[in-house]
Amino acid sequence: MSVKMRQGGGHHHHHHQTLRAAAGDNLAKAPTAKKRNTFVQACRGWLPELLLVWVFMMMVVSAGIFWWMEAQAKVKRKEGLVGMCEMRARMLKDQFSVSVNHVHALAILVSTFHYFKNPSSIDQDTFGEYTARTAFERPLLSGVAYAERVIDLEREKFEEQHGWTIKTMERETSPARDEYAPVIFSQETVSYIESLDMMSGEEDRENILRARATGKAVLTHPFRLLGSHHLGVVLTIPVYKLKLPLNPTVEERISATAGYLGGAFDIESLVENLLGQLDGNETILVNVYDVTNSSDPLIMYGRQDQGGDTSLLHESKLDFGDPFRKHQMLCRYHEKAPASWMAIMTAVFVFVIALLIGYIMYGAAIHIVKVEDDCHKMEELKVRAEAADVAKSQFLATVSHEIRTPMNGILGMLGFLLETELNSTQRDFAQTAQVCGKALIALMNEVLDRAKIEAGKLELEVVPFDIRSILDDVLSLFSEKSREKGIELAVLVADEVPDIVMGDPGRFRQIIINLVGNSVKFTEKGHIFVKVQQVNQFKSLAKTDLESCTNGVPEKDIRGFDICPYKTLSGYEVADDRNFWDMLKRLVDDELLDSFESNLSSHGSSENVTLLVSVEDTGIGIPLCAQDRVFMPFMQADSSTSRNYGGTGIGLSISKCLVELMGGHMNFVSRPEVGSTFSFTAPFGRCKLAGCADLEVPIMADFPSIFKGMDALVIDEKPIRAAVTRYHLKRLGIRVKVVGSFGIAVEALCGRNNFTNSRLYSPDVVFIEKDTWISDEDACTRLSSLVAKQNGSASHATVILLATKISAPEIKKAATAGFAETRVMKPMRASMLAACLQQTMGIGMKRQQAKIVPTPGYCSNLQSLLQGKKILVVDDNQVNLKVAAGALKKFGAHIECASRGDAAVAMLKPPHCFDACLMDIQMPEMDGYEAARQIRLHEKEANQQSKEAPANERSCEKRRGWHVPILAMTADIIESTCDECLRRGMDGYVSKPFEVENLYQAVAKFFETNPT
Amino acid sequence: MDILAQLVERFVNYRSSLYSDSILDDQFTELLKLQDESNPDFVVEVASLFFQDAEKIINNIASALKQGPVDFKQIDANVHQLKGSSSSIGAGRVKNTCVAFRAYCESQSFEGCLRCLQQVRHECTLLKSKLDMLFMLEQQILTAGGSIPPIK
Repeated sequence: MSVKMRQGGGHHHHHHQTLRAAAGDNLAKAPTAKKRNTFVQACRGWLPELLLVWVFMMMVVSAGIFWWMEAQAKVKRKEGLVGMCEMRARMLKDQFSVSVNHVHALAILVSTFHYFKNPSSIDQDTFGEYTARTAFERPLLSGVAYAERVIDLEREKFEEQHGWTIKTMERETSPARDEYAPVIFSQETVSYIESLDMMSGEEDRENILRARATGKAVLTHPFRLLGSHHLGVVLTIPVYKLKLPLNPTVEERISATAGYLGGAFDIESLVENLLGQLDGNETILVNVYDVTNSSDPLIMYGRQDQGGDTSLLHESKLDFGDPFRKHQMLCRYHEKAPASWMAIMTAVFVFVIALLIGYIMYGAAIHIVKVEDDCHKMEELKVRAEAADVAKSQFLATVSHEIRTPMNGILGMLGFLLETELNSTQRDFAQTAQVCGKALIALMNEVLDRAKIEAGKLELEVVPFDIRSILDDVLSLFSEKSREKGIELAVLVADEVPDIVMGDPGRFRQIIINLVGNSVKFTEKGHIFVKVQQVNQFKSLAKTDLESCTNGVPEKDIRGFDICPYKTLSGYEVADDRNFWDMLKRLVDDELLDSFESNLSSHGSSENVTLLVSVEDTGIGIPLCAQDRVFMPFMQADSSTSRNYGGTGIGLSISKCLVELMGGHMNFVSRPEVGSTFSFTAPFGRCKLAGCADLEVPIMADFPSIFKGMDALVIDEKPIRAAVTRYHLKRLGIRVKVVGSFGIAVEALCGRNNFTNSRLYSPDVVFIEKDTWISDEDACTRLSSLVAKQNGSASHATVILLATKISAPEIKKAATAGFAETRVMKPMRASMLAACLQQTMGIGMKRQQAKIVPTPGYCSNLQSLLQGKKILVVDDNQVNLKVAAGALKKFGAHIECASRGDAAVAMLKPPHCFDACLMDIQMPEMDGYEAARQIRLHEKEANQQSKEAPANERSCEKRRGWHVPILAMTADIIESTCDECLRRGMDGYVSKPFEVENLYQAVAKFFETNPT
Repeated sequence: MDILAQLVERFVNYRSSLYSDSILDDQFTELLKLQDESNPDFVVEVASLFFQDAEKIINNIASALKQGPVDFKQIDANVHQLKGSSSSIGAGRVKNTCVAFRAYCESQSFEGCLRCLQQVRHECTLLKSKLDMLFMLEQQILTAGGSIPPIK
């Protein structure tokens, strides 16, 4: 768990580093920035000020937007005004000129028909009617009239001709003047001016003079018109009686003038009409001025003080065709420009949005600062927590170690105490104390392990080891217990698992012991089954299930295996009856699986093997509610569990830690009242053959080779159990055939059923499962007799009964059936099977093997080391001497004995032929130290002599100098004794009584360095 | 055949009882392993050697205890000797008694030493009779043509 955390921490660190690196980059760009170089961090102090600045800026911006929009609106308004004004001016002008043109035409009409025709074709009636009928052509003129030029001389004649006198504007008879211009024709609308002298009116007179001088239509300045009292102007056009030359002078014009055609423009109603036709009439105010005298503009239309929006004015020139007169039109809006809601709204909107954005950013910045601070704080806390965790683990490790030391003392003393003479009560107390102490030590060791793992101090070894023999060891540990309980304990290692793998055997053993121990603890019936398979050869895995594990028995029906409801070892239901591939899938998630696949496909059998180990039991199972804290230390299913079954519950958590440390995964499936299956994967290195060959210590249990090539027949109705038997026998080199029932076995033995190609099948050993035997004893007797028959003819086959638990009556029955000696109690181990076979298959065989069987590895090596060596053994105790000599003789050494120190010194005086000396330390008269000292002294002298006389030709004189290895034999091995030994010129020590391993180690040391 | 089987079973039971009573310990098993064809009577030889030795030592101790001023050092040396040989042949109880004996020697307790001497003497005779019985059974099996089952 802690391993995981550490990994997490490491990862985080890495992340942190990248952050730092990024920060470093920033640092390079902005040297003023500090460690945490985000903008937010840089200006965390004045965030509120920033917000204010932002708000102010946004105020300015929105004001700007407002003004801009206002200006736009103004321009638009002005354009509208200009457009409207210009249009009005143009229309006015057009209408005006149309009217003028028509008056012009009228003038020509008068000149044509009044003067050029004689007599005149026009009289007042004609004129009146014509003008009335063409009045629509001159909408602007209230009326037209023609006044004839009458000079004073002709006045009387004129008055006589027309029958009225010339009157002035005031309707009085005109006084005498040079000239007159009495109206002779008039439109009916203005008939009241007939006979009035136009020259008598100030404006008209001026107009007439100007018109005849220029020959063009001229206008008066505006004045109140006669009759209507509207403001108006009078248009006057001269009518000539002769055709004028091309460029007539003024005199010529005046003299040619016959009369004047005039019309009154009612400007007020005229403009009113005009404006009424146009849209937008309401919105603008129009004034028309006569600006001939620019200093004193005369108003023609509209009121000066009309108000309106005086801020915006437009002035349009009006050209009414009279060059002397100048007119202009002034337009303005009726009302002041309305407040621009659009602009206000927009500005306010923008401002509000900006305000919101600012506030949000401010909030976010504050939040970021806070979160970063918190994060920083948490990181610190995390570092502290991790440190505390490490400290805790270290503390635990130290403390448990410190406790262990005195505990060893206590246990040792208790041991001594138990060896003394105690009465039964005292003994009971002491033993209880010792048991408790041992339990405490075990617990301490476990705690220490866990602490070590958590502190990351546990280092896994990588040494070659044999998984099968480790599993055998574990099995032997629990065999007693399983036998007591009558549960079947079995191990099955798949064939493809390599013999030797690289890994940590101690830890592997610890895991297995934990799991099996747990299972044994919680199982009362059924079985415990340890399976080891290889996660390899992906394709074949998919179909590898239990049936194919028993790959010697492909067709179970034919061979008569019973069809049991659960195809398990003992026939009990198990928690996890899925096949291997499913189990693997549960252990490793998909990604890993993918990588497995790719690994396997690329270098399937190269460096690593991943093993899947599962321990299956039919125990009480784990309650569902407790399943998720199974791997937590000190958590047993519930408190009653620990009362009933004991234990601390730390084992599983340690196992899981160890598995994870190895790089594997551990998981389990459990069903209450059915059982549990714990399984784990663990990668191991493949052992190179060259590397394994020169191992100091042989790690594989080497079984006697005499079984090689033997044939065995296993009769078992349960295929998995048969597979286990088969596995162990195979390890001994025995060829195995498995059958499910006696019938088939008999058939096989008789050579039927195509078992062996027509040859008679005669196995050396026949294994019969007890259950199978009990179920069909008759068949068994038949089989036995058959075997016996074969015995007569060929080799002798042995029939062995395999049993898990056997009751007393069954023992009797077995004895009568001839299985008295040939009974193998499970759990089965290869070495045990070997021993049993040796025992039952004859003494000769046993003799042959006796030397090697007990502890094969060390013995054979020791033998090779000691073969032919001459060794002196010195001990004053005859019994010890005899035993030591016997032990060494057994390994092929030649032994000489001495019972006194001085005798030994004499015998070892050079020259001599001894290869080594084993010497007791405590001897009367001359003890071991003294003897060793004297021996070394003699050797020194001899070496000096041989230097002086190099041509020394004694048989044993192969060494460079005399130095016989002396090993102390001592019963109490304490450090000081050992040091003392080395100090006194000895080369090592062996404990007494001899242990083969100890002896081997001591002897190997100096025989390696001192080759002969 | 049947007699032999019974003999073997009796032998095995008897032997395991020796172990379970801790009269013998693992060292005796080691000793048994040292015996083979070339040295068929090894264990018997060693055992008789041990009993001779033990008798001598016990007599020495007894006489030492009878003397006026008791030389505990000398007794201790003797007990040490006995302890060495008993652990060599795997006589568990004799060895344990020796351990206790040495403790009394160290504390110079005359009473304790006397009691231990009795104890040692008793253990030795017990061992002797037990071993004699064992060897006898073994001999019977061998003469009946059986084989000695190895110790598991």
